[in-house]
Amino acid sequence: MSGLRFGRSPEDRVTGWGLERVTVRYGHAVALDRVSMGVGAGSVTAVVGADGAGKSTLLRTLVGAQRSVSGRVRRPAKRRIGYVSAGPGVYRDLTVDENMAFSARAYGVPRRAARERIGELLAATELTAARRRLAGQLSGGMRQKLALAMAVIHRPELLVLDEPTTGVDPVSRAELWRLMARLAADGTAIALATTYVDEAERAGSVLVLLRGRMLAAGTPASIVADVPGELYTIAGPAHDPRAWRRGPEWRLWSPGGGAPPDAELRTPDLEDALVMAQLAVELGTPGDGGTGAAA
Amino acid sequence: MSLLETAAVTRRFGGQEAVHAVDISVEPGEVVGLLGANGAGKTTLIRMALGLLRPTDGTVRLFDRRPSRSTRHRLGYLPQGLGLYEDLTVWENLAFAARAFGHAVDVEALEPEIRAVRTALIRDLPLGLRRRVAFAAALAHDPELLVLDEPTSGVEPLARARLWETIRDAADRGVGVLATTHHMSEASECDRLVVLVSGRVAAAGTVRAIVGNLRTVVVDADRWEAAFSALDGAGQPVALVGRSLRVPGVPAEAVEGALRAAGVAARLSVAPATFDEAFVSIARREVA
Repeated sequence: MSGLRFGRSPEDRVTGWGLERVTVRYGHAVALDRVSMGVGAGSVTAVVGADGAGKSTLLRTLVGAQRSVSGRVRRPAKRRIGYVSAGPGVYRDLTVDENMAFSARAYGVPRRAARERIGELLAATELTAARRRLAGQLSGGMRQKLALAMAVIHRPELLVLDEPTTGVDPVSRAELWRLMARLAADGTAIALATTYVDEAERAGSVLVLLRGRMLAAGTPASIVADVPGELYTIAGPAHDPRAWRRGPEWRLWSPGGGAPPDAELRTPDLEDALVMAQLAVELGTPGDGGTGAAA
Repeated sequence: MSLLETAAVTRRFGGQEAVHAVDISVEPGEVVGLLGANGAGKTTLIRMALGLLRPTDGTVRLFDRRPSRSTRHRLGYLPQGLGLYEDLTVWENLAFAARAFGHAVDVEALEPEIRAVRTALIRDLPLGLRRRVAFAAALAHDPELLVLDEPTSGVEPLARARLWETIRDAADRGVGVLATTHHMSEASECDRLVVLVSGRVAAAGTVRAIVGNLRTVVVDADRWEAAFSALDGAGQPVALVGRSLRVPGVPAEAVEGALRAAGVAARLSVAPATFDEAFVSIARREVA
């Protein structure tokens, strides 16, 4: 059985960069199990999963910083990739200007071109007024914008961002997404990791990882359309492993369709769909012959 | 009686005012969400509420008293870093937390999944389980008020739903909850929200009340890139969502005008704004 449980297999439609059935091991532990993901030019692809699901391993494999034991990785030459790892991503003891100059040298951007590009990027990230401040003194949102500016100083074809918005407030998050959209509009292929489903909904395509395996893949709409069974709103509290609470309401996943009396059929959103997909893996679906693959 | 109530509470650091004249309250059985941009004063406000920092002006009442050591045992706190000792076992962590509040650990009351791993070191546990141990530690002494810092960050939707069930169960028993968050999925779990911007309350109420009548223009174009560049170039707050564009808080005629000026054909519709969009427009308006 393939690692993918729900959604369309991305291998069929991928043009551009990406992974095909990639497996990564750390010793005996399987960090990624036959994972595929396409990253198209001019679009944003989001990898969603909990802490420890394999998101960083996937992005590190994509940029060539992690070896896989099997599968194929398609990526541009190293100098055409921009990558921001999780964490600060900047040198805290250097100023904003010094961080940018360091990045320009690391990516081999000629001095004169670099000066112009740095000015342009600092203006776009609204960091011009902060250019002489130490990166360590910036807010979390400003630091992430600086890290993003540093990663695109050489106009990469593929931009890979590991949790660029974790711990970042909604205003800075909106600014980061605006910068990413500008880069995508110019044809950059962007892959990013996030732990938040509501954020992934902004991406053109989504890969959902559960413990190193693909739980779902496709556009947010296709993932919702492909999820098995039906979703109901019920009067809670319910002592049923297929029920969960969202805000004041209770939801129930009905794998074979059909529902208790007084239940109301509703259209799932992406967050509901991923709960349903995980329940299908953990509890099994009818005709599935028991528990699922990711257990 | 409110579990927590601040009245015109203000805190200055040197010449800087971190929190200005903030009124918040948490009643028994309610879940209040505290949202703010970085540097909005959330942490300062929470530290005053916990009695770790004294206000410069105004008052903080915790269980109708001044916050002190004697009110602390009636409070459960879950920090963002979870506050567990990595080199101690689950059991030792729970016992330590219980002793700090003058209680003993009730093994029978623990969830079976936690009881099953009670001799494991915290650092050997998966992150989702660690978070549940931290919840158990914060709840073990039956606090009347829970203060949670981004309670479900880094977990998958199913685990997030289960953690919110735990929080909701506590609220149903009469516990008051104050939760800070950056994310819509958590904000929508709260009964009521308080939005802090630059140390002041910029908006308060339910998600629906805060979004109010704010509308978003949704733009679908065959070439989203051209439409995006046109609207971005015109200084409009345009966001890419999938292959659609969203422009919150701008009249449809203005969006249409910017597209026409750039010669871009597109289909426009108007939709209610999301909470994220409302938050960003409130924060920008306050700062401007």
